[in-house]
Order: sequence, then C-alpha cells, then structure tokens
Amino acid sequence: MNLLTVEPSPHFKSPVTTQRIMLHVIIALMPALGVAVYVFGWRALLMTAVCVASCIIFEWACRAVMHRDNTISDLSAVVTGLLISFNLPVNLPFYMAVIGCFAAIVVVKQLFGGIGQNFANPAIVARIVLMLSFTTQMSSYAKPFYYKLAATDALTGATPLQFDTVTGATPSATVPHLLDMFLGFHGGSLGEVSEAAILIGFIYLLITRVISPITPVAFVGIVALGSFVAGRNVLFELTTGGLMLGAVFMATDYATTPLTKKGKLLFGLICGIITLIIRMFGSLSEGVAFSILLANILTPYLDKVSISIPFGAIIPKKEKAVKNENH
Amino acid sequence: MNSVRLPHLKASAEISTAPLFLPKSVMVSLSMSIGAPCEPVVKIGDTVKTGQLIADSDAFMSAPVHAPVTGVVTRETTLTAANGKKTRALVIETANKQELSDEVKPPVINSREDFLKAVRASGAVGQGGAGFPLHIKLGFDPKKQPVDYLLINGAECEPYTTSDYRELIERGEDVISGIKLILRHISIPKAIIGIESDKPLAIKKMRSLTENEPDISVAPLPTGYPQGAEKVLVYSCTKRVVNEGSLPVSAGCVVVNVSTTAFVARYIKTGVPLIEKRVSIDGDIVNKPENIFVPIGTTLAEITARTNLRLVPGKVIFGGMMMGTTVYDPDTPVTKTTGAILFFAGTGSAEKPLTSCIRCARCVNACSMSLAPTELEHAFDRKDAALLQKLHVNLCMDCGACSYVCPAGRNLAEKNQLAKAFLRSKGSLSKIG
Repeated sequence: MNLLTVEPSPHFKSPVTTQRIMLHVIIALMPALGVAVYVFGWRALLMTAVCVASCIIFEWACRAVMHRDNTISDLSAVVTGLLISFNLPVNLPFYMAVIGCFAAIVVVKQLFGGIGQNFANPAIVARIVLMLSFTTQMSSYAKPFYYKLAATDALTGATPLQFDTVTGATPSATVPHLLDMFLGFHGGSLGEVSEAAILIGFIYLLITRVISPITPVAFVGIVALGSFVAGRNVLFELTTGGLMLGAVFMATDYATTPLTKKGKLLFGLICGIITLIIRMFGSLSEGVAFSILLANILTPYLDKVSISIPFGAIIPKKEKAVKNENH
Repeated sequence: MNSVRLPHLKASAEISTAPLFLPKSVMVSLSMSIGAPCEPVVKIGDTVKTGQLIADSDAFMSAPVHAPVTGVVTRETTLTAANGKKTRALVIETANKQELSDEVKPPVINSREDFLKAVRASGAVGQGGAGFPLHIKLGFDPKKQPVDYLLINGAECEPYTTSDYRELIERGEDVISGIKLILRHISIPKAIIGIESDKPLAIKKMRSLTENEPDISVAPLPTGYPQGAEKVLVYSCTKRVVNEGSLPVSAGCVVVNVSTTAFVARYIKTGVPLIEKRVSIDGDIVNKPENIFVPIGTTLAEITARTNLRLVPGKVIFGGMMMGTTVYDPDTPVTKTTGAILFFAGTGSAEKPLTSCIRCARCVNACSMSLAPTELEHAFDRKDAALLQKLHVNLCMDCGACSYVCPAGRNLAEKNQLAKAFLRSKGSLSKIG
C-alpha cells in the first residue's frame, strides 16, 4: 500500500464555491441587462463592459501591488462592475464610470482587505461617490428608446421620482404608465428601470439558494406599508428608483449585511425606514443607496444584537446581566 | 433545527451483508471505549478461544475485551488509534479450527443489577461512534434521574454508511427484543425508534414488528445531517433540549444505537460477547460496495486485500465522510466503534480552494446547534478565549456541517476542535459547566 492522506474531518465538501455563487448572481443580473440594452441601446452594454473591465483590472492591480493571491477568478469584481453600471445613467461619460469603479474596488473593497472584508457595498459607494461628484451628469437620464428619437428629444433631466419631489405632485401627463414602469420603459439608471427583470433575477437567486428572501421582502414591504400609510401611490413608489435593484442585489450582499435571519430582518426594516424618511422628507429624490450604506455601517452592531442563542446553551448569569444593560 | 442535505451515496443499502470474514490474524485494541484502557488477562503464547475474556479493567468507565477469534496470542504491540492516541493491542494468530470458549454462556438475569452486570460482561459500548460503555449509560439512578424514553438511534445520516440500516432490515427482530429487554430490566416506560424518512423499507419493517407493542413506536425523522447526533435525535423524537455539558439522561432520555440494541438481545440469548462488527465497505474506488461481518481487530491491510478496488487507495476513512478519521497505518484494526471503511483514490476528496470568508452565513444556517462558525473562527484566530466561551464553542459536536457547506473551503469544524482544545488547555472549561 502506498502512502495514505491524513486530514481532519469532514472528508468531503459541497460543490458550492464562491465563484459559483458569484456566477449565479451574474446570471440573475442578465435579465435586467437585457432590458437595459433594449431600452437604452448598445451604449448600455458598452457602459457595462467598461465597468466590468475596470473593476477586474483594478482588482487585479490591487492584489498584484499588495503581493496577495489574485482573486479575480472568484468573479466578485464582475458582479461589482455589473452593479455599478446598473446604477448609472446610460449617457454618463465613461471616465466617470471608471472613477466609480476605482472607489468601489480600490478604496472600499481592497483597502479593507478584499472580498468579505469591505464594510460597505462597493457598488453603493460608487453610486454615492458619483452622485456627489458629478450630480448633473448622474441625474440626467435618457428617455427610453432615446437612440431611436431625434437628437433634440433624446435627453431629459428627470426620473419619475424626481417629478414627484421636484413639483410636489405627480402630473399624470408626464408620469409613465405603471405597466411601463414595471417593465422598464422609462427613464432611470441602466439596471434599475425594469422591476420585472429584477424580480426574475430575484426568483433565480431564491431557487439557487444564493440569497435569503428576508431582507428584500422586509425592505420592500416596509416601504410599501409606509407609503400606503402616508397616502402615497404605493405601486409608483415600488416601481421607481433603485428600490428593487437595491433590495434584491445590494441589501443582500453577504459581506455587508448581518449573518442571522433575525439580523437580516432588522437590516431590511432599517433600509426601508431610512428610504421612506429620505423620500418623504429629504431633499434627495432617491434614498435607497444612502439607506443601504447607513445600514451597512450598522451591520456589526446588528450582528451583535441578533446572534442566535445556541441550542441548549447555558447563559451564565453575569453574561445575562451584561446583555440586559446593553439592550 | 438547522441541518444540511448531503448526497446519500448509500450503494450498499440493499445488498445482504457478506458472511463473517476470517482474517489470518487480528489486532485487538485494549482501548475501544471512552474511559480506562483494559489490562490483558491472558499471556503471550496463550491459546484463546472465540469469546474468551482477554482484557479487563477495574475502572468504573471501562468495558471488557474478548477474543474475536480462536488462536494464539503472539505478541503485544502499540498502535496509534484513529484519534491519534497510542493504545496497547494484542495480536492473535487465527487457528484453523474455530471454536467458542466455554466462558460463552447465556447470562442468568433476575434483577436490574444482573442485567447491568451482564451488559458490562458483554463488552457492549455505543457502536454509533462515541463508544460510551453501555452499562454506564443504562446504569443511571432512576430515583435521582427518572428516564421517560429509550431512544433507538437508527438515523444513520452519514453518506455511504449502511450498517445500521442493514441491522434493521436483516435483524430487526433482535432490535425489538433488545428494546423489550432494556425497557423491562431498566424500567423505562417508552421506547421510540428514530429512523430517517429516506429509509422507508426500514420504517415499514419496524412498524410491522411493533404493531402489537404499545410501548414501542417508530418515529420517521426529517432527512438531514446530523440527524443521528444524540442531541438532535433527542430533540427530533421528544422536543426536549439537552443542555450544554449534559448527557441526554438529564432530559429523561437514553439514546442507544440500533446495532447495539440488537447486540444486547443476542448476548442475553447466546452469551456471545461483542466480538464482531458489520462494516460498510464503500468509497469511489470500491467496485462492489457492501457490508461485511468482520471480527473486531481485523486490520485495514486484510480488508484491503479482500476488497475489489479499481485503483490504489490514496485515502482511507474509518467511519463516515463527515466525522470519520483518515488512517495511514495498514495495521489499523476494526474496533467496537468502526461502522464503515471508505476507500478513495485521490489524495483528498475534500479538495476545494481555500479562499476568504465571504460572510454568506451558510455555516450559520447549517449548524444544528445554532452556533456561528464563522465568528468562532475569527475568535479562535485571535485566540480570544472569552469570546469563544461567549459564543459557546463547547456546544460544537464536530459534525462538520459548517466545513461541508462553506463555499470558501474553510475548515471551520477543525477550527472549532482546535478552539475547544485551546479552551481546555486554558482550563476555562470548568467555568462554563
């Protein structure tokens, strides 16, 4: 008999890898990309390609400079690139998109230690950095099918949500039909326009068990409830802005959200409440990105308060007392 | 309660167990249970007969060892047990003529004490893997600690292993007689046989055998790993919780493995002690997966020689894929707790690139004890004893579910074992009780 391998148990492992999980997310993002290309033309695809390529290059370069194992094969940079492009208006200059990718990959992700270590969702930070740096360009959304229109009609300055907050009312003539809103035939960022496509991706992620439904359902649910109580048009609130994209693809990011089911529920509720507050009382038209960023920062605390009590655990009295003080 | 889905790979399930294989020699470990090792009561050169007592101990926590074959004790040796500890062992060269020892006589039982004495004399230990001496498990004080349920563990949730399943199918009657004996002599009111729902034939068979037994019921359990873990089984069958640092008896339950129960029945009937085991032989290079009866002490080399393998093994596991131990010595013998021997070609069937934790929470959702393996790993890497205790690492039962599901290939279960050893070395276990 030849030499035998000795190693600790367990002796086999599930076929699920980080790479496979990321691949599932990429597949789940494809319907939204398809709608983006259909509604906004080939520049949408080009924008996505630029973002994905720059994220991969930044990640590769960072790891090389830091003399660390290269991690581009885990595909997480591809996911970040896709999500960044989905948060941009189609006509944004490419160099601005590249700046966003730099902020996401280099500053937020790699400087904090790479995959799993980032404190905030890289794509969310990219969106916010670009929003604050290039406010005009980031809020000039193209009309749907602008590439088929005469040049003079092609550009418009507002998304449906902006109509709402700018004028304080919803002028029915300028607000798109709800079904068009749902399908994605309206102005907005690349990937957030079609709730239908995002829901297809959501279902795919649930079937492949990549994400838990808790956060998205809590997030969207509380926004719907709050809007209803406040007397706003619930369907309009749900189909505009980055709510669905954020709830499904960004509020479910593993690294920046809590571990336990209870924590995920709290996270979703906090995101929803902050979104409502910003949408109702803030001067910004859109609150999803900020709500997720703020909740990301709360995640370590949410982890602490939501940790499960182990099965049959005996909690020493002293520990109990300390816990009560904290709550 | 959390669990994970594993591939079953139980190719040997519907194949009858091969008859007793008689090796040229056996190497009988003198430490096959939890507790004190035994001292030999025979000398080198002695001829021993099958079933004869060859080693025993005065210690409370111990179980005697018997000659698995007829033959001559040729030498004493030291072997490295699966858990890494050195143990003494006796080598017996098998004689051509096999005969039962005169010591083998059905025990006379008139009382609870007689029964417990007989159980001890049989050498019975928990055959599920832990090797807890059975007479101690059954020897609880009913006045101090009343027991309401005898739980018979037929979950067998590990992939590949089918030895308990074959016991239910082939000798289910013995399981029932064993249960009745224990209920009667130890005065436990009810018994529940827990079998995972993916074994419908076994459930059907046990149901038909218990039709007229009002005190014995069959509980189909959810299929999921680690359903057969003691605390999980107690919860699945009775919804009772076994607290940290306690045995099931504290929750009014005694858990006995299917094969151990059936063995008790046969011992009371025939007096033949625990000297043979049914072992599942499987793995990705085994041409004909099967169960075989082997004398305790049969070495890996002998089993390898009789097994039809496609390739030269690169890895051999004693026990299951999830909790078994890799062995490296061809002289490693079958012990009272060996239920399976698995052969693999590769240098490791757990090859998966080790990458960073992505906080996906799969380990958290896999842990049946509701621990947070990823946080435990961070705590151990920082050698933070206080945090390890606060996160209750001692509740980890090494089932390996967290390592199995981790997409980053992190050896979380191994870290937990190291963390527990680290806490023991700091002497802080006592504080948490």
